[in-house]
Amino acid sequence: MQLHKIAIAGGLAFALSLGGALANSSKPAVSFGTPITEADVAAWDIDVQTPTGKGLPAGSGTAAQGKELFDAQCVACHGADAGGGSQYGSMVGGVGSFVTEKRRLTPGSMYPYAPILFDYIKRAMPMTAPQSLSNDEVYALTAYIYALNELVAEDAVLDAASLAAIEMPNRDGFIVDDRPDAAAVRCMDDCE
Amino acid sequence: MTDKQKTLQPISRGSPEKYTERMALEEGTIKSSSRRSFLSGAATAAAAATVASTTSALAAPLEVQPSSKSMGRTTVPTGYGMPSKYEADVTRNRTDIFVNKQNFSDWSMTPIQHQQGIVTPNGLMFERHHAGIPDIDPDTHDLVIHGMVRQPMKYSMSDLMRYPSVSRFHFMECSGNGLTDWLSVKSDTVQQTHGLLSCTQWTGVPVSWLLDEVGLEAGAKWLLFEGADGSAHARSIPLDKAMDDALLVFAAGGEMLRPENGYPLRGFMPGWEGNTSVKWLRRIKVSDQPWHLRSETARYTDPMPEGKWRQFSMEMECKSVITNPSGGMQLQGPGLYEIQGFAWSGRGKVSSVDITLDGGKSWRTADLEGPVMDRCLTRFRYRWNWDGGPAKIASRALDSTGYVQPTVAELASERAIVGFVQHHNGIFPWAVSASGEVTNAIA
Ligand code: HEC
Repeated sequence: MQLHKIAIAGGLAFALSLGGALANSSKPAVSFGTPITEADVAAWDIDVQTPTGKGLPAGSGTAAQGKELFDAQCVACHGADAGGGSQYGSMVGGVGSFVTEKRRLTPGSMYPYAPILFDYIKRAMPMTAPQSLSNDEVYALTAYIYALNELVAEDAVLDAASLAAIEMPNRDGFIVDDRPDAAAVRCMDDCE
Repeated sequence: MTDKQKTLQPISRGSPEKYTERMALEEGTIKSSSRRSFLSGAATAAAAATVASTTSALAAPLEVQPSSKSMGRTTVPTGYGMPSKYEADVTRNRTDIFVNKQNFSDWSMTPIQHQQGIVTPNGLMFERHHAGIPDIDPDTHDLVIHGMVRQPMKYSMSDLMRYPSVSRFHFMECSGNGLTDWLSVKSDTVQQTHGLLSCTQWTGVPVSWLLDEVGLEAGAKWLLFEGADGSAHARSIPLDKAMDDALLVFAAGGEMLRPENGYPLRGFMPGWEGNTSVKWLRRIKVSDQPWHLRSETARYTDPMPEGKWRQFSMEMECKSVITNPSGGMQLQGPGLYEIQGFAWSGRGKVSSVDITLDGGKSWRTADLEGPVMDRCLTRFRYRWNWDGGPAKIASRALDSTGYVQPTVAELASERAIVGFVQHHNGIFPWAVSASGEVTNAIA
């Protein structure tokens, strides 16, 4: 790989500011990194932009394949049919519970975009051996868990396009941070 | 150990929380089992056996201590210093209220009732991991910046540490701090109610410097920060924050990060919820929109009325808590006590702290102890002459934006306090009984 140092946008402006009061905290006109190609980042480039599905890899899997994988690699912690196990609670159901006093958070009830499940399994599961599953296996497990949540048919095959197309019940469940919300007053005497 | 030596051993505090004695300012009200009396050198077993003595009682004649009549331990040629063995009960503790089924995705809390000053010792910084603590060799650790950039770049740790660096004091708080104690009393101590809070001096390189180097493409607006741990924990960070004050941190409290705090490299987002400061940072990806990962939809979101959830609530709002006296402590009779605690805000500096002694009916202003820094713990102190009657004490902080720390009731009128609720910055009262017992009075 060629070890050239890239030109720094604004480097001149920063260089000119040296000697000013903030010289010590302004960006130095240096570059100590090594250029790398996107192709060489591929093994780390696991993220999925979940609203669009951008980043979902090629491959596919069925819910039936997913059940087999789940029973071999996930059931010990997550329980049969993902109904809750030794290390984690149920991953099924909960739709409609958010308006009750007991909100039940599962991939089916909580995730606003279907590719979140793919992204999470791929980056973090199985907890004992993360990033060990092939893309086909992750699609299969995703199909299985969404089938248990009745969001896809039991014989579903998921790939990049069909996964991104699933409509999630909690799609419109989020409000972007709008705090400060509580407007308290500074009372000093005879309060409440 | 001879019997004589034994009688001169400082008495252990026993239960870590039952030691408020050290807060008493009048010598005579201090039990000799207290740390203060131990430090004053006046502790004797005889005094320990008596209940709190009066100010007029004469102290027993002094004896020369064994430490004065012997050589101490040798200076070891090399070694890392540890706290006194008599401080062994000052530890960070896993929560004993909300107990996870496993302890890989888990947390432990800082004993803030024991903290002096505003800097948390590294071994007591609170922890939150999502797949355990990796032990990463810095010689094999790289950071990659890629995505919507002109030139993707890879930085080794020695590359990063070759840059000039900056050091800044800031608090760090988990968004889940206090989640067990909203509407009912669950925790006994302030470590359990507020211990997902630490503060130190962070050292690293501004993220903006490296973004300048890779060159952002037009339309770049969000960055993904991703860890090299088994959870590959990741968060979407808006570009504005990265350009403003985000750091790539490799050191805290004067030394390289501890493994449990992200060694050898973590992101640091001043004033924001702790999990946005991604530990064991391996990758920053530049994009035009946020990722909406599980960690920012199904987790780290706040329940709102009508079944909704608030998302990307990154800033930790202005908050304060009394750490001394606090839950589990025992006052030793009427007299002067210094009420102490911490105030902080993710939006700026603490401007004032008020104290109530009557459960919120009346308030008076506490002293802020400098330095008062931007998005940093600020210590407040208030001298309280306890008359021996029941009291309900709490603190209320204001920040430089004019925001006033609200009550739980005020927060609950805006949000849905149901289940696993983050971002509890409500006023937190402690009850003091006539016998001097201090207990959680959130409800
Ligand atoms: C060693 C125990 C363990 C194993 C094995 C395991 N998991 Fe998990 N899983 C967990 C824990 C613990 C969590 C919660 C982690 C957290 O929230 O930080 C979790 C979380 C999840 C979640 C997120 C659930 C939600 O409600 O958002 C999914 C999905 C998941 N696991 C899928 C899998 C799959 C698929 C496998 C098998 C390939 C698997 N897990 C194997 C322990 C395990």
